[in-house]
Amino acid sequence: MNNEPVAAKKKRSFTIRNPFMLTKRTEGMAGYKSWGIRLIALLLAIVVCGLITLLITGLNPFDVYSTMFRGNFGTARKTWVVLKDMAILLCVSLAVTPAFKMRFWNIGGEGQILVGALATSACMILLGDKLPAALLIPIMFIAALAAGAIWGIIPAFFKAYWRTNETLFTLMMNYVALQLVSFFIIVWEVPKGAGQIGIINQSSMAGWLPWVGGQQYLLNVIIVAVLTALVYVYLKYTKHGYEISVVGESERTAKYIGIKVPKVLIRTMALSGALCALAGFLKVAGTDHTLTTTITEGYGFTAVMVSWMANFNPIAMIFTTFIIVFLDKGAGEIASIFRLNQSFSEILTGIILFFIIGCEFFIRYKISLRHSETKEA
Amino acid sequence: MDAILSFFMTFLPRAVAQSVPLLCGATGEILTEKSGNLNLGIPGIMYVGAISGVIGAFFYENSGLQFIPAVAIIIPIVCSLLGSFLMGLLYCFLTVTLRANQNVTGLALTTFGIGVGNFFGGSLITLVESDVPSIVLSNTSACFKMRLINSANPGWFEALFLNYTFMTYAAIAIAIICGFILKRTKVGLHLRAVGENPATADAAGINVTRYKYLSTCIGSMIAGLGGMYYVLDYMNGIWSNDGFGDRGWLAIALVIFTIWRPGASVWASILFGGLYILHIFIPTGTDMAIKEIYKMLPYLVTIIVLVVVSLRKKKENQPPASLGLAYFREER
Repeated sequence: MNNEPVAAKKKRSFTIRNPFMLTKRTEGMAGYKSWGIRLIALLLAIVVCGLITLLITGLNPFDVYSTMFRGNFGTARKTWVVLKDMAILLCVSLAVTPAFKMRFWNIGGEGQILVGALATSACMILLGDKLPAALLIPIMFIAALAAGAIWGIIPAFFKAYWRTNETLFTLMMNYVALQLVSFFIIVWEVPKGAGQIGIINQSSMAGWLPWVGGQQYLLNVIIVAVLTALVYVYLKYTKHGYEISVVGESERTAKYIGIKVPKVLIRTMALSGALCALAGFLKVAGTDHTLTTTITEGYGFTAVMVSWMANFNPIAMIFTTFIIVFLDKGAGEIASIFRLNQSFSEILTGIILFFIIGCEFFIRYKISLRHSETKEA
Repeated sequence: MDAILSFFMTFLPRAVAQSVPLLCGATGEILTEKSGNLNLGIPGIMYVGAISGVIGAFFYENSGLQFIPAVAIIIPIVCSLLGSFLMGLLYCFLTVTLRANQNVTGLALTTFGIGVGNFFGGSLITLVESDVPSIVLSNTSACFKMRLINSANPGWFEALFLNYTFMTYAAIAIAIICGFILKRTKVGLHLRAVGENPATADAAGINVTRYKYLSTCIGSMIAGLGGMYYVLDYMNGIWSNDGFGDRGWLAIALVIFTIWRPGASVWASILFGGLYILHIFIPTGTDMAIKEIYKMLPYLVTIIVLVVVSLRKKKENQPPASLGLAYFREER
């Protein structure tokens, strides 16, 4: 952790082969400029995606984009599916953000969603015919959030007190959760031997979230929209949010000004896990009404990238979420027209990510041409 | 006694066959992590290694050229190495040259790699307008499955030690060689120095960028071979989408489990391979659900190792100190 070797501080001159000189921007770049660079990277990425699609399918670029657009907004139903998926992905992205701001690499989103979904399903299956909806849904909600919080607290606890590597710990927790879900799917499978649960409480609809305004997915969208605002305020204007930023900048500074770092770590991860689990709750109770091992759709990992692309800004995350979902649906449409594999969208998503990841360099560093004489490092 | 021996004679070879992709992935990732790069793209790289090998073999088998076993082995290996090398290069370019966040880059690489694998695996036939119904590379696979002994009823020694395909021995050899290089040679010492403290290594005149690039790319290539082994050897040349499953992540778990020692990953990968298939051998009767709990074992064991290592705080057992951090010379 502590890389301040004495030897490295010694200045030394050397001949330079690299004509470019890098300096880190200390004062940071103006907001509009950095977003401009990201936008350019995104546009370049979209052009490259178009070219690759052209190579594979022979569609001309204009048709590529219009097909993608149709895949997202071709019908009212498709638009609602886009909104539904955006809500869940945005929820997970918001969930992992507080932890990332603290430099706690929670890549256990998958597991936290899964335990949330598991707790929700457990309540629906076991209590579905015993309790009225007014009582059942709050219990499901609390159970899911508690399960996610526990899943988040376990790695945070070890990180806080023994500095256990959180990236690897949260990663492993995903598979523990996955196997736990597989176990309960077989326990609850309907009919026996089917290997799946099927729609839970199909006839009674117990524990299903109500439709709002005659739309099945609208409630999820509203909940996540409110959550976005809450997370934004939490991170920007509250004491907790301030503590998270300080811990993320420097744990030593945090200690010095009297912040209890272990407490912040554990509290933030509890929140992060609980919000991931909320996504699991919304998915099971709000849209899917079933539990599968693939219910997360890899969102726990995708959210890491969504959150990072948005520079941990909850409002910008709405936009980055949209890009990912748009690509997914758009590439899916192209793939099904050309009888290609649906994984086409993952390739395009990967390309966009590479461009955006790469462009951060130009935001954080200033590149200038070196002068001819040797420089001191 | 006989019962135990015969159990081992059926169990161990299967565990070993299962262990090869994990061993390759883990060896590659250890090499990478020793340079301070936490490459979470390994699962994706293994998919790319697999599909590159498959594409090479597919074109060779359907090219109408005379089928020569040696060529049929070399082409997929070269293609696989090339595919995973490019992935490693991409990772290095983003994290070392552009100093991007390693976690995000790795996850993006995994998304991309699995996408590439499944996309070409699922659409190769449509794309080249071939008339074969699915990707079945049985001729190539037969070459990969050549064994030392050919007796139908091998003795216990032959069954346990000689009855594997050449990739199995190659994977073990690679792991042992990597372990030797890391621990006993100057190159290994430099590499570890880069991973522990790049600034010091830089001051000592070690080219940090070159070491990071080389170890990450070579690591990716080794991992990619594991993916190719899975399809062309273990699966008899039949590609199935998502068939490789979560083995890439399990390989990363194995890195922690062995505390960053490639030599140890030989037996550890067999142990993990065994744990991976243990549920088949444990008599559970009609209770299918409990098998799923057994599948949790490798991950639980890894978590326990991770925690124990951090509790004991022994210096030589820690992850490389600069793991996951980008190095920028001017930044102190």
